[in-house]
Amino acid sequence: MSSENILEVSHLKQYFPVKNGFKTVPLKAVDDISFSIKPGETLGLVGESGCGKTTVGRTLLRLYQPTAGRIVFDGDVLFDSEQKIDKKMQPYRKQMQMVFQDPYSSLNPRMTVEDIIGEPLDVHKLYSSKGERHDKIMELMETVGLNAEHATRYAHEFSGGQRQRIGIARALAVDPKFIVCDEPVSALDVSIQAQVVNMFEDLQKERGLSYLFIAHDLLVVQHISDRIAVMYLGHMMEIADAVELMDNPIHPYTQSLLSAVPIPDPNTARKSQRIILEGDVPSPLKMPSGCPFRTRCRYATEQCACEMPPFTDRGNGHMVACWNK
Amino acid sequence: MKDNFKKAPFSAQIDLSKFSMQDFEKATDEEKKQQDVMGESTTFFKDGMRRLRKNPLAMLSIVILVLLILVILIAPHVIPYGYADIVKGSANLHPMEYSMQEQQAIAKGESVFPHLFGTDSLGRDYFIRVVYGARVSLSVGIFASILVLIIGMVYGSISGYLGGRVDLVMMRIVDIIYSLPDMLLIILLAVVLNETLSPLIKGTVLAKLGTNMIALFIVFGILYWVGMARLIRGQILTIKQNEYVLAAKCIGTSTSRTIIKHILPNCLSVIIITTALQIPSAIFTESYLSFVGLGVSAPMPSLGSLANEARAGMMTYPERLLFPAFAICLIVLALNLLGDGLRDAFDPKLSR
Ligand SMILES: Nc1ncnc2c1ncn2[C@@H]1O[C@H](COP(=O)(O)OP(=O)(O)O)[C@@H](O)[C@H]1O
Ligand code: SF4
Ligand SMILES: [Mg+2]
Repeated sequence: MSSENILEVSHLKQYFPVKNGFKTVPLKAVDDISFSIKPGETLGLVGESGCGKTTVGRTLLRLYQPTAGRIVFDGDVLFDSEQKIDKKMQPYRKQMQMVFQDPYSSLNPRMTVEDIIGEPLDVHKLYSSKGERHDKIMELMETVGLNAEHATRYAHEFSGGQRQRIGIARALAVDPKFIVCDEPVSALDVSIQAQVVNMFEDLQKERGLSYLFIAHDLLVVQHISDRIAVMYLGHMMEIADAVELMDNPIHPYTQSLLSAVPIPDPNTARKSQRIILEGDVPSPLKMPSGCPFRTRCRYATEQCACEMPPFTDRGNGHMVACWNK
Repeated sequence: MKDNFKKAPFSAQIDLSKFSMQDFEKATDEEKKQQDVMGESTTFFKDGMRRLRKNPLAMLSIVILVLLILVILIAPHVIPYGYADIVKGSANLHPMEYSMQEQQAIAKGESVFPHLFGTDSLGRDYFIRVVYGARVSLSVGIFASILVLIIGMVYGSISGYLGGRVDLVMMRIVDIIYSLPDMLLIILLAVVLNETLSPLIKGTVLAKLGTNMIALFIVFGILYWVGMARLIRGQILTIKQNEYVLAAKCIGTSTSRTIIKHILPNCLSVIIITTALQIPSAIFTESYLSFVGLGVSAPMPSLGSLANEARAGMMTYPERLLFPAFAICLIVLALNLLGDGLRDAFDPKLSR
């Protein structure tokens, strides 16, 4: 672990207590996940719905209290369950922000755009006069491509893409270094998805931002990510360079995710046969023994059912958790 | 390295590499403006009012209620009879009838105010009694609902916001209270309070109200808030689920600011609507109790007690039952329709 990373997450666990009949059992939404992000880098995080991607993002922003693990941001240990470190988050809220998945429920319907974008400025007292507040809000609206004349409008008057831009402006208001983008485009029309993804890229170039970019769709993630992490049932399956992961997926789960990606041009379609993912993700309450993916894996063996595969380096930082060589 | 993938990142996108710069022309300012055109700006309140105005039943209810309130406020000043004044010799008159004395007075050229609804068996003007009855019923309904609102809101928001174990215990208490038979309790309380309270409140303003009314308010205070508390708790639980509450936490917004700015404004419509619907139910309970003789103390009339007294001469004077019964129906119906209209206009999700 080097200190040149802006974010280091190790052995992060998030168990939710859920009622199962009369007993309360832990739902292991995120179980022992480690990754790191360098300044200015984008780490894509993919996996089917319900794999715990959102939970990872929210837990590392401390919207949920982590069950265990260690979170280091910009050299400061924010949380460490072993050393009993649990820092107050208020000062770090200015440096780490989040863009939410649902552009409809993430904006308060009783607030104007001006107040939504202005709230972080109010909370952290980032202006000295009313005029400065107004100017900052106008500037932010222009940055994300919103018409500043609409500042006094309510969020419900905007389209999905525009609402997501409001959410982005709110995240940018505190001038953060790191943003968790939780499926920021999956609720948008395909044509608007491209615009918003491009805007994320432009903002990254202008402001040197680092992203954790979550998506359930490899197509969106491969476009923006430097590295890609693949998650399944709360566990990390594979992390590699974006190009490396797309060209040479090692984990059977990544391979099946890739063959599920529609290929726009039939001439360049992958020669490899399609691997169809069968069945649904099992409930995290009924976690399979050993490898979590074994119930849907074509290569599953005895060993897979008994032991959890270790997360090992297959060369050049291509990390995989699979027994299959 | 990313360029490998940029060629066709999204299947629905036009492949721009096939075009050259000459194929495009810049959008004029006019065209850009047109992209920005949006509908008239509306606030949540304006939007709701617009929808309410389109609801004919709700608008009719508002008109009826306004007229009723005007009558209730103005009639006592215009009509020369009091609700307890016994007009000599004018007992048991039908509507618009004059007694012998009054006919003589009219013959002498004096002006006598007509008994619009006739008089009762003691010779009291029935119209003014119905007006006062409606006044009592409406004020009981409104004050009882405000009481219910305050208790229910405080209890419900604490339970909903804190959640967890606190919520569990608080809601079990609500369940217990919910299962108590309310009418039985009111009757018991009214009887018990009548014994214990009457010496205490003798000579105070409360005496005029009567122990029955106090019992009624106490029962509303301890029984009927549970519905409101449940509703507000449920509302807060759903609002807490919204990502904007999480976003506020992510920004670093304090708990109190989150409640004031994000949670309460979003429950407001439910609170107003439920209170509006609570009023007719309180009026109904009051009328019912007055009808069985546990309402306001005589000579103060209420719509329920008027209906009760009318039973005696129902065959000869059916209008004595019809007027208060009609007034109750009108008030309750109008308030219910208005409440429904408010609900549909301000919170379409809530309609069942
Ligand atoms: N607050 C919570 N309480 C209990 N279970 C939760 C909570 N949040 C998420 N979960 C569960 O954790 C799992 C992962 O959810 P999530 O992180 O939203 O997945 P994703 O974002 O990958 O779709 C799901 O099974 C979900 O039901
Ligand atoms: S460890 Fe076994 S079951 Fe799991 S992905 Fe690899 S081969 Fe499949
Ligand atoms: Mg999610």
